[in-house]
Formats: sequence, C-alpha cells, structure tokens
Amino acid sequence: MKSSAMREMMALTEQPDMISLAGGLPDTSTFAPELYAKLMAKVAAEATAKALQYGPTEGMAATVECIVEVMAAEGTTVDPSEVIVTTGGQQVIDLVCKTLIDPGDVIVAEAPTYPGAVPTFSAYQADVEQIEMDGDGMPIDALESTLDRLHGEGRRPKFIYTIPNFQNPGGVTMSLARRRRLVEVARERELLVLEDNPYGLLRYEGEPLPTLHSLDAEAAGRGGASDLVIYLGTFSKILSPGLRLGWAVAPRPVLEKLSLGKQGADLCSSSVTQMFVAAYFAERGAHGDAAWRDYIGRLKDLYRRRRDIMLESLTEQFGEHAEWTRPHGGLFIWATLDRRIDTTDLLALARKSERVAFVPGRAAYTDGRSGASSMRLNFAGVADEDIREGIRRIGEAMRVQLGLLGSLSGTPVPPAARGPAVQATNTVPDGGDDAQMADVVALPRREQPTSARRRSDR
Amino acid sequence: MSDAKRVAVLKGGRSLERAVSLRSGAQVQDGLQRLGHEVLAIDVGPGLIPELLERKPDVAFIALHGRDGEDGAIQSLLEAIGLPYTGSGPAACARCTDKVLAKQLMDEGGVPTPDFQPLREASIKELGAAAAIAAVEARLGFPMVVKPAKGGSALGVKFAATGAELPGSMVGAFSYDHTILLERYVRGRDLAVSVLELAGAGAPVALPVVEAVPREEGFYDYESRYEIGMTTFVCPAELDADTTSRAQELALTVYRLLGCHGLARVDLMLDQDSGELWVLETNVVPGMTQTSLLPQAADAGDVGFDELISHILASAGTRAAS
Repeated sequence: MKSSAMREMMALTEQPDMISLAGGLPDTSTFAPELYAKLMAKVAAEATAKALQYGPTEGMAATVECIVEVMAAEGTTVDPSEVIVTTGGQQVIDLVCKTLIDPGDVIVAEAPTYPGAVPTFSAYQADVEQIEMDGDGMPIDALESTLDRLHGEGRRPKFIYTIPNFQNPGGVTMSLARRRRLVEVARERELLVLEDNPYGLLRYEGEPLPTLHSLDAEAAGRGGASDLVIYLGTFSKILSPGLRLGWAVAPRPVLEKLSLGKQGADLCSSSVTQMFVAAYFAERGAHGDAAWRDYIGRLKDLYRRRRDIMLESLTEQFGEHAEWTRPHGGLFIWATLDRRIDTTDLLALARKSERVAFVPGRAAYTDGRSGASSMRLNFAGVADEDIREGIRRIGEAMRVQLGLLGSLSGTPVPPAARGPAVQATNTVPDGGDDAQMADVVALPRREQPTSARRRSDR
Repeated sequence: MSDAKRVAVLKGGRSLERAVSLRSGAQVQDGLQRLGHEVLAIDVGPGLIPELLERKPDVAFIALHGRDGEDGAIQSLLEAIGLPYTGSGPAACARCTDKVLAKQLMDEGGVPTPDFQPLREASIKELGAAAAIAAVEARLGFPMVVKPAKGGSALGVKFAATGAELPGSMVGAFSYDHTILLERYVRGRDLAVSVLELAGAGAPVALPVVEAVPREEGFYDYESRYEIGMTTFVCPAELDADTTSRAQELALTVYRLLGCHGLARVDLMLDQDSGELWVLETNVVPGMTQTSLLPQAADAGDVGFDELISHILASAGTRAAS
C-alpha cells in the first residue's frame, strides 16, 4: 500500500473546525427524514422477518428490479439475471480484482484514476498502467499504444478500468467517439472493460452519452447482453452511501465468478437496505412520477449550484495560478497548480495554518508520485459557504507557497486574490458541437516530464 | 509480580506521525501486559495532564513520535507533575528534535555530519536570504537534501537534483516547519544504530547496526520508512568489523554529546565513495512497530521485545536531574 503519509494526513482532517473538500460525499441532508421513517416503517410492517434474514447472494429480486430501472434511465437495457447486488460499488472493484487479478497482472486505468481504487489495485498487487487523460477522457490511441507495447512484452491486461462520466477525480467525460472506439478496441482484442458509473444520472448540463455497456451490447447484437463490459453502478451517489448498495452487470461467466467471490466475502448484501430501496422505488412523487427520479432532479439542482459556486471561487482565488476542470456532472473538480507546488505539502500547510483539506493529486496515481501538483475538490457534499471559504483558504495557502517560490527563484510575488470581475484565462471554450467534449479546461500535460517531479517530491 | 507497575503509555497525538505512534504504542502495551504491568493507554490530547493527575500511574512510557512527544514539551510537563517517564529529558529532546541545533552541536563536538545550511522562512522576507542561495548551492552541490528542521519522519524531506528543483523543494519543506536545512547529499548506505541503557549495565550500549535498503531506487522517504515491504532491513548490516565498530562508537559519542537517556536511534550514512560515516540525526523516541529499527536491532543483539520494553521502563527515573 502506498501513500501512507497522505492517508495519515487525511485522517487528521476529520476535525470539527476543518473544512474538508476531500471527501467523496453526496449531501444526504437533502433526504426527507419523514420519508426515511415512512419507508423503514413500511419495511417493518410488511416484512420484518425477511428484512432481518439473509438474502440471495445475487440480491433480492425486488432490488434488482430497481437496478434495472436505474439502468434504463442510463439508457441501458439489462436483464435481471445479469445483475448482482453488491455492498457498495467499491465491492465490485474488489470482487473484479479478486476474480481476475493474480500478482503482477496488468490493469489499464485512466490517469488520474479513482483514489479509492488505488489501494485495492495495490492490495491485489496489480501492475497498473495509467493512461493520461485529456478533456475527452482517455485517448484511445494512447490506450492502443500501451496495449501494443504490453503485447510486445507478452502481457495482456486483465481489464481496462474507466469512469466515462464526470470522471473521479478528473471531472472529464469520455466523448462518444472515444466510447465507440474503446468498445471496438476491446472487441478487437477481446479485453474486459470495467465501466465505473456511479453518477451518470447526476448530469448538470449537456446530453447523456450511451454507456459502454450499451454500446458493447449493441455491437454484440444479441438484444441487451454485453460480451466484455462489466458495469459498476451504485445507489451511493443517487440515494445514499449509508445503504452500502451497489451492483455489477456482467457477462455471464464473469457474473458467476463475482457471485462466488461475494459468497466468500459477505454472503449477501444487507436485506434491510435492499428492502428499503425497493420500498423507495415504489414511492410516487408529487406529480405522480417516481419519487427517486424527483429526488435526483433536486440533487442535480443543488449540486449544479455548488459546482458553479466552486468554479466561481476558483476563478477568484486561484486565478491564473492554476487550471481546473469544469465537470458537466458528478462530484469533483480537478485543479492543477504551479508544477513546483507539491499538493501533499500544500495539504500539510493548509490543514495546519488554514484548517482546510483536499485530496492531493498523488492519491490518484498508482506510482504515488505523479499528479503531485494537482488536487481533487468535492463540491457536492459541502455547504455553499464552506465551498467559498474552503477555496479561499486553499488559495491563501497556495499564495504563501507561490510567494516563497517567487522570492526563492527571483520571479514576482503573486498578487492577492483577484475579484470575481476579472476574466479567468481558463474558461471553457464555447465549442458548439464540441462543447460536449470540452468538459475540461486543461488536464496535466502529457508531455510534461514526470522524472523531474518524481525526484523533487521524494 | 512484585515489581508490577501502573504504566501510562502515551501515544497517538495530533502530529503527522500519529498513525505510526498508535502502532508503536499498541506494541508497547502488549509487551508491558505480557510483563505483568498494568497498562493505562492514553491517546494524547487536551485531557492528558488532568488524566495523569487523576489516575496516578507510577511511570509514563512515551511512545509518542513527531513534535508532540519528541521536542521535550511533554517531558518537561511530566517533570512538573513529578511523574517519571521513559527516554531522554527535555533538553536532550530539544537538541535532537531540532536538526539544525543537533548538527551544530555535532560540528562543534567533532562528530562528522554532512555540511548544511539552515534557513528560516522569515529570513527570506526580512533579510533577503534568497540572495545567499547561490553560494550555498556552490558549497553543497547537487543533488541536495532539503529537510524541515523538526519532525522525525521523512515527511517533507526533499531531494533536489538541480538548482531548478531547489525552490520547489524548499517550499515543500517549509510546509512542515518555518526553519529548514539544506544538506549535502551523501551517496551511500543508510545505517541506523540504536543505543540502549541496559538495566544494571552502568553505561549505554550500541546495538547491532541495521541497514535500510529501499526497495525502489531513489530517496528513502516517509512511505518506505514505515510501510512493510517498501524497505528491506538487514540486521546486522553486512559491514566489515571496523565499519561496524566505528558506527557503534559514533552512535555512542552522539548519544552522550546530545545528552540522551534510556534509548535513542542514531541514523548514519556510509559514504560509498570515501567509506566515511556521517551522522544525520538522532531520534529520541524511536519507532516501536514491528518494522521499526530499534526492536529489530535489539532482537539481533539477543534482546527480545519484552526484554527491550523492560530495559526502557527501568531507565525511567534514573535520569540525572536536568
């Protein structure tokens, strides 16, 4: 396991006077307590014994029906028999590794990648090849070069791990063209893809794009079933992470292995929360629509506002000293500072002198070194005023470091925070047809040599 | 057991080394319990002194790393309330924790330590210190090591390969401390010599030398120092008899020079070019986790973990008044 220093620092950020933009949290305070009480009472009244009992490893039929409904909302038709209910989406990553990975096996992932997957990949001693993203997600030509190189070494990845929508932590979305091409490449080379889609439904602007699962199923031409895509979904971001319920939709042979793995891990996911979900999905909203869809609508309004507040604060506080992504959905913004700043050090300073926390970029890289000048910022689970204050505090710490850098390297000391009226240099180009692909302003440059950073941060 | 004591194990705290300290503390507690002592585990926080006053242990075992436990602050408070404790007294703690002070004392005492330059953050603004850096670069050369002056771990320790990397490394180190030091890089092998006062022996002894071999090439960093599998430890280090005894002698000299008590771990570099030994720093509260160097060295010296705990505990209260 890597990045212990970082983990220790993150543990120290869970203090009451600390503003944390580090979590991966949705805002659960938006769920009506009366509804929660009503649903739990309903479960109790109708099926206490069942709720308190073990359930099937693959999940309860009623819950699987809800999952099929969510998948349909994602534009993806699935058969209930292809679904396995898991204990959060995280368990899918774990089970897929448990099923497929032997020490030294290769996983191809995006760079940066989900910080929560990094320790899992390390624990199974996978050799992770990370493909640096741009504004359209993972460039498939770079993926192909990597696959060719691996092929030359006689190695074959066990799977390609991708978060196509509002990537965590990158905030970018894989373009339609790349989705199609990724599925083609996977089919040509018969490679499995793990499609992690925790918040595809939390889109704040633009049109939804088809899932890799649906594109592969279409290519397979058998009315629904995908050959190569293992789809990971979760109720954590669209309903509640406290339920600990996620799911996988997987090709039959893989599903059987996941099911075996799950039996060994925890037999089945919580019956109580599965029944809660089933009860919830039966609820109707004020206008007769499904209550869960209304709720997602409210979440989207809330998170869109918070994203905009964070973007505005970043322009004010970070200005020209940083670049950041402008996600069309999801929970996170990825900001990249002056490359001489190591955000792990910045976090050490900021938590101490400014009482604010974020995830240092290195957590999103399996080598523990790349991404040293970047940070992941959560806007969804943080109150509006805390977003403003949190970004102000990070900006303050950053300016202290930039000021020092200026003095030490003879470049001018940066001015104080700029007012909101000043136009940021890094707004999204209004690209018409390309707007969809322009989720991002700039990601860490691929051509930037990592060797210098590698040494300086040790 | 007739000499059973009520021992408060002080661990955790709020420093960046909290997790390591909790692991050290847990190991110490287990050892103390096996020895028949009554253990009072205390995660150090605002309630520390009131709790000690109320629960009245016989002795405090300090397993608190980082600034909280090593700079002498806790030690002087324990003296104020008359509670005996393990390890060095406040003055020795202050000397060892401050790498600048320790190196200055070693310089004066004729102990070889790599050439260095301290730098205070305020001096950059107030004294125009940046203008002196060119001369420092010329003197120390590259690669150069940049460290926060305080903090026992390698967190914030940077390795600047070129002048272009130096400002970033310095700013990184300043994130942990207002004083940093630039140090000449010694290429060679990482050695550690633990010094222990054995009950009844009269004088401190140097335990077998441990060599830390980072599994990945590059600098011996915080991660590799504490995570199992990242560093290979060789104990006793494969050294010729002369180098071994020189390293042990040097460690004892430093231990006495800085006024340590009970136990300490002295980190050295064996210069691959000249074969010379250089002292980097001294840790007054060495790690006690399963991968820590002191327990390994003790084990190699036929001192088992519980026996080690016994010796450390016995040294509490035998410190000369400071």
